[in-house]
Amino acid sequence: MTDISAKSPRRIPWDSLAVFPFIIFAVMFLFLPTLSLMGAAFTDRAGNFTLDNIAGLFTDQIMAAYWISIRISGASAILGALIGLAITLAIIRGRLPQGLRSAVMTFSGVASNFAGVPLAFAFIATLGRLGLATIVIRTLFDFDIYRQGGFNLFSFWGLTLTYLYFQIPLMVLTIAPAIDGLKKEWNEAAQTLGASTWQFWRYIGFPILWPSVLGTLSLLFANAFGAIATAWALTGSNLNIVTVLLYNQIRGDALQNPGLGAALALGMIVITSLANVIYLVVAARAERWMK
Amino acid sequence: MKSQKFWAWLVFILGAAYFIIPLAATFEFSLRMRRGEYSFDAYASVFSDPYFASSFTYSVIVGLFTIVVGILVVVPAVYFVRLRMPWLRPFMEFVTLLPLVIPALVLVYGYIRLYGSSSFIPFTGSVLGTDILLTCAYVTLALPYMYRAVDNGMRTIDIGTLTEAAQIAGANQLQIIGQIILPNILVAILSGAFLTFAIVIGEFTIASLLNRPAFGPYLVGIGTNRAYEPAALAIISFIITWGAMGMINVLGRFAPRTSARTD
Repeated sequence: MTDISAKSPRRIPWDSLAVFPFIIFAVMFLFLPTLSLMGAAFTDRAGNFTLDNIAGLFTDQIMAAYWISIRISGASAILGALIGLAITLAIIRGRLPQGLRSAVMTFSGVASNFAGVPLAFAFIATLGRLGLATIVIRTLFDFDIYRQGGFNLFSFWGLTLTYLYFQIPLMVLTIAPAIDGLKKEWNEAAQTLGASTWQFWRYIGFPILWPSVLGTLSLLFANAFGAIATAWALTGSNLNIVTVLLYNQIRGDALQNPGLGAALALGMIVITSLANVIYLVVAARAERWMK
Repeated sequence: MKSQKFWAWLVFILGAAYFIIPLAATFEFSLRMRRGEYSFDAYASVFSDPYFASSFTYSVIVGLFTIVVGILVVVPAVYFVRLRMPWLRPFMEFVTLLPLVIPALVLVYGYIRLYGSSSFIPFTGSVLGTDILLTCAYVTLALPYMYRAVDNGMRTIDIGTLTEAAQIAGANQLQIIGQIILPNILVAILSGAFLTFAIVIGEFTIASLLNRPAFGPYLVGIGTNRAYEPAALAIISFIITWGAMGMINVLGRFAPRTSARTD
């Protein structure tokens, strides 16, 4: 490999030229927009440095929006991870027919991309006031999930339940390689040494899977936290999550202060980055432990 | 061991119920437009809507441009970084992870501020400019998937040996990429392309904030005005997504594998 580049230094400009489009792209469409928002978050209308925009975030409405977004993302990430893990374990290590496994993996590929507006439509047709599941439950069990069950699709649990439709498959797709990596021999070795199934998972299986689970958890969290299309199509602006708030701000219907909008966006980046930093720290520790 | 199998089946069946019931319910709902009997009226209504055709075509065209630009940006970069500049790999990994961390809504807000009509590159000042910006935004969204697909494709072929052999045979850089590398990673590129397509086709946030007549904003409009058409559109979207993912699966069987010595 290195011998090619060593004997032909003339080609180096060519090479960097080929990487150029990628770098220009990254600068123009990732770095600069993000940096400009960060700058705007600390600038007032006259262009002077200010902390007012950040301070402006600490109102009841905005804090409530962040908080419900964090709760929905957290709940859908944790539930998605747990259920996704259970399904993956079932299809890979539960001795189910081989064909089932590839069917689940294929379906997961589709469902993890079946997000946004159509997903909202599907859940309205299922669990909306006139949805099939709502009507079936009412006729079969004489139980109205809306009036008696206190359920509302346009609420915290409604949105979480909907998000799980793409969160669970994403978990299945990302965790399957890690579970494949758990060798059958380890299981046998543990059994030979007298370990119970519980002990195997407690001391061997789970510690090995832990970094992957956590990594996927932060991915799922960011995935739900930045999502807007499903929520928008499902609830309009009924549910005051932070993406809907920012969307309205960008369209100029709310807040009426560009600096505050930038601060709102900055807050979102900080939260999703934090989720990833926590993952990186724990994963680094786990890797050290593995060595 | 018996109980393990029981639990596996139980988890599988509960999971399958959660994923299949909404699809079945949506399909059933989409057939109920005519009173008292099942019909495909909602689908007929969707397909006869001129805005359906125009917004869908618009999104398909933007999707195709996104794929082409994505390939042009990613393939040469991955190739040369793998071949000559491995020290750039961590940077590329970092960049291609960013779109998963920074929400699309935040990115498009940055674009609107940075590339507004009075800025140094006024993308949003003209229709064509906005279309270009939308395409670039979608390339950014799809970057993590395109990068990983291409990178996996290059891992399975031995680009070092292929490049050396081509050089000895007298090929120039353009020929090597266009005639040697590209055909060998075609399957990987197409996987990335179909995934990109699945992401772009129904995208709502960016298209709506840039005010372009794409399929996603059209869907939201239908959702607020109609009762049965949204269910039909959800089924149509699911079939499109299924088609794109199915293509990736089919293509996966044709992936070439030479023994890689590079990794």
